[in-house]
Order: sequence, then structure tokens, then C-alpha cells
Amino acid sequence: MKRLSTRHLIGIKNIIEDDIHLIFETADNFKEVINRPIKKVPSLRDITVANLFFESSTRTRVSFELAERRLSADTVNFAASSSSVSKGETLLDTVNNILAMKVDMVVMRHPAPGACVYLSSRIPANIINAGDGTHEHPTQALLDAFSIRERLGEVAGKKIAIIGDILHSRVALSNVFCLQKLGAKVRVCGPPTLIPKYYKDLGVEISHDVRDTLRWCDVANVLRIQLERQDIKFFPSLREYHQYFGITRQMLLELDREIVVMHPGPINRGVEISSDAADGPHNIILQQVENGVAVRMAVLYLLAAGN
Amino acid sequence: MQPGKTLLDRPRFALTIERLCHQLLEDWGDFSNACIIGIQPRGTLLSNRIHARLEQLVGKKIEYGKLDITFHRDDFRTPDGPLAPHPNEIDFLVTDKKVLLIDDVLYTGRTISAALAALNDYGRPSAVELLVLADRRFNRHLPIQPDYFGIAVDALDEAYIKVRWDEIHGEDEILLFDKKP
Repeated sequence: MKRLSTRHLIGIKNIIEDDIHLIFETADNFKEVINRPIKKVPSLRDITVANLFFESSTRTRVSFELAERRLSADTVNFAASSSSVSKGETLLDTVNNILAMKVDMVVMRHPAPGACVYLSSRIPANIINAGDGTHEHPTQALLDAFSIRERLGEVAGKKIAIIGDILHSRVALSNVFCLQKLGAKVRVCGPPTLIPKYYKDLGVEISHDVRDTLRWCDVANVLRIQLERQDIKFFPSLREYHQYFGITRQMLLELDREIVVMHPGPINRGVEISSDAADGPHNIILQQVENGVAVRMAVLYLLAAGN
Repeated sequence: MQPGKTLLDRPRFALTIERLCHQLLEDWGDFSNACIIGIQPRGTLLSNRIHARLEQLVGKKIEYGKLDITFHRDDFRTPDGPLAPHPNEIDFLVTDKKVLLIDDVLYTGRTISAALAALNDYGRPSAVELLVLADRRFNRHLPIQPDYFGIAVDALDEAYIKVRWDEIHGEDEILLFDKKP
């Protein structure tokens, strides 16, 4: 019987290729479960999961909550804005207080990169990183790769482009690690100000030409411009960004073959992607959302089973 | 590992399956409003054969599915890691149907208990009956008994029954070992 090589899912960097395949194989089964009339199994009925969201989130939080409930786990939800964090409590104190109420697993989103690593060495619960600052968002990368595998059969050998705000994106970094471990070729594309210099050391191609990138790739994963993290100007205006880096249906139709368009959401329509492209036949954006629940169920199940 | 004692050799193995099929025909008629469900993974090797033979005997299609119970087990956290799930292949609802549940060996009864819970995800059957190839009748943890069985095996708790299948092991037989290898 196979098991994950880790007790926590902090980032894709720390797991091995076999872990990713095991998560995918388990997620295949959970995808069947969530498409049944009765979408629930009792596997985690003795597990309590705390969802600690120190940063706003809609789809990740809802997706994790659904995954937990469909595995019959008990859940407690925590949002920083309405908690004692605003009264000056430290992260460790907050989490230890929640763990004192006998919580087995923690799903955490935090604005500080490394917050999950910090916690994992100090508390006994399994930790799943639901996004730590601009560092990693492992379950998003797993569901992206799972969706590519579902659409194209496999990830190995495929050319995947990540287009947009790479600098502020935890999705981009986790995607690069995940896709490379699965044997895909990865290219990042965006304005020079939004691609960190260290990306060239990760073994990915770097491009600033979105049309050339679309011609090159099998899959385009389009990322949002994260204006909330931008305290200086990285490009002159959203309109100009859209003109140079925005993806439109016309650009997709001009290609000599069909490519797959992905977006981890939330979409800024008319900025990184136009509405006609976001709603067009090329996209698998809603499949990504559906797969997110199955992949997160697999991660929760496998981590709980490893205890 | 000590060689196992043969409880059922190839000719008797085939004969037992044939006998079970005829017993089913007697009780279930032409399987109208009924279905067969094999328990993944090993129960489906038996259910594949019984389903194919029954279709031959009644001369019409019989609804057939394969049920995975991994996510309903009470012991999915094993020391060797999580149990690996298998695909569920049931493309119909069992509501108001009579269900024949099939597994290879009935031992503690926990697998069948989980299967009954898992079956509820596909509707509310009008009745469920259980068929197994080998019934270890003195090793039960739960009050579960088969309606049809190939052979009854009276063995100690630590004994191990191995069903070998032509499709996988190149031989149809049931072996009894003193302990699990």
C-alpha cells in the first residue's frame, strides 16, 4: 500500500513525483464519488479539520470545506478578520488554542511566506498549505496538473505556459514545481517587471511575447494581475497590460491548433483574459474548480490515513 | 512459506461456481428487477464469472456493477499506509431492486458491513443477499451470514485462506495456510 512521503502538504517542492501520482489516482476515485447522487463517504468521520484563513479566499476555502464535508470530517472555520488575531495574538498562540480543542488537521492560508513551515515544526497536527503569501499554493498546482492530465491524457512531455503576474503568484511557483516533477516543459510569460529573476534558475523558459508563447504551448495557464499585492507600478495601466499580454478569443482562433486555456481564478475579465476567451470552448476553468474538490479530498484522505 | 492445503481444486472450483449459479436461478428466476454487485477488488473476479454464466443461463442481460468499499472501511488507516481505492463501476441506481452482493471470502464480516454502507450511496435496495465462495464461519466479528456459499471453512483465527484465480495466478483453487504469509 502506497503512502505519501510527508505528514504535511507545505509545498510541491517538498514532495516527490510518486506522491503526486498517488494523489491523482486517489482523486480519480473521489471524482467519481462527487458525481454520484450521494456525494459523501464516511472516511474521515473521526477527524476534525480547522480551516484557518488569515487572508481572504472564496473558492479555495469553499473547495476545502466541501472536500472535508464530503469525507464526513468535522470542520471549524476561522477568519482572521473576526478573530483574536486582530487583538494582537500570535499565530502560534492562535493555532495552539484551536488545537487544544482537539483538532487533527489544519488547512491554513496566511499572508506570510513560510507560515506553514513554521507551524509544522511546532504543532502535532497535519498541515495543508492553502496559500502562504507569494510562496506556494500546492493544492492549486495539483488540481491544475490533474485537470491537464484529465484533458490531455498525461502531463509528461506537454508544453505548459504560465502567463501573467508571476512575481506575486504562489500558484505560478507551485505549478512550476509540480509540472516539472511530472515531466512537462514549462514557460513563464509576462512583462519583465512581473517575472522574478530567479525563475531562470528553476529551469523554465522565460518569454515576454504572449503570441509566440501561445503558438508554443499546449496549455496556457493564465494568472490574475494581483493589484492588491502591488505597492508600486509594475506596468503603466491595465489597458496597456491587456493590449500586450491579455488573451482574446481572436488570438486563440488564429493558432493553427487548439490549446487548453486555464485560469485559477478569480478572473479579472478584460485584463489578463477577455470575456470571450474566458467563456470560450478552449477553457477548462470550471473543470478546474470541480477537480479542486476531488484533489483536496485525496490530499485530506491520504494525510489522515498516514497518521 | 509452507505449501497450502488445497480446499478446492480446479474441477471442483468450476463445479462449485456452476452449482451456485443454478441455486441462484432457482431462487432469483430471470433476475428481473435485480442486479449483481461484486466487491472490489477480489470479489469482482468471482462476480465476473457468475454474472457471465447467469446471463448465458437466463438468456438476457443482467445489470451488473462493481463496488469499491475503501472509503467506507473502519480500518482504512493501516500501519502499511492507506488502503488503495479501486474504481466504482455502477452506472445504475439500486433503489427498489434486489441486489446480489458477491465477495470471495467471508471472514470477519467487516467488509460486508462496509459494502452495505457503501451500497446506500446508490439508492435503497428492496433486498440484499450475499454470496461468497468461501465462508470462514467461525471467525466472524459481526452478525453477518451468507445466503449462498461455495464452501464452508472451519479454520483458526490465524489461518489464511487464499483464493487463486486463473486470470491472475494461472490456476483456479482455494488454499488454506496455517498463517498469513
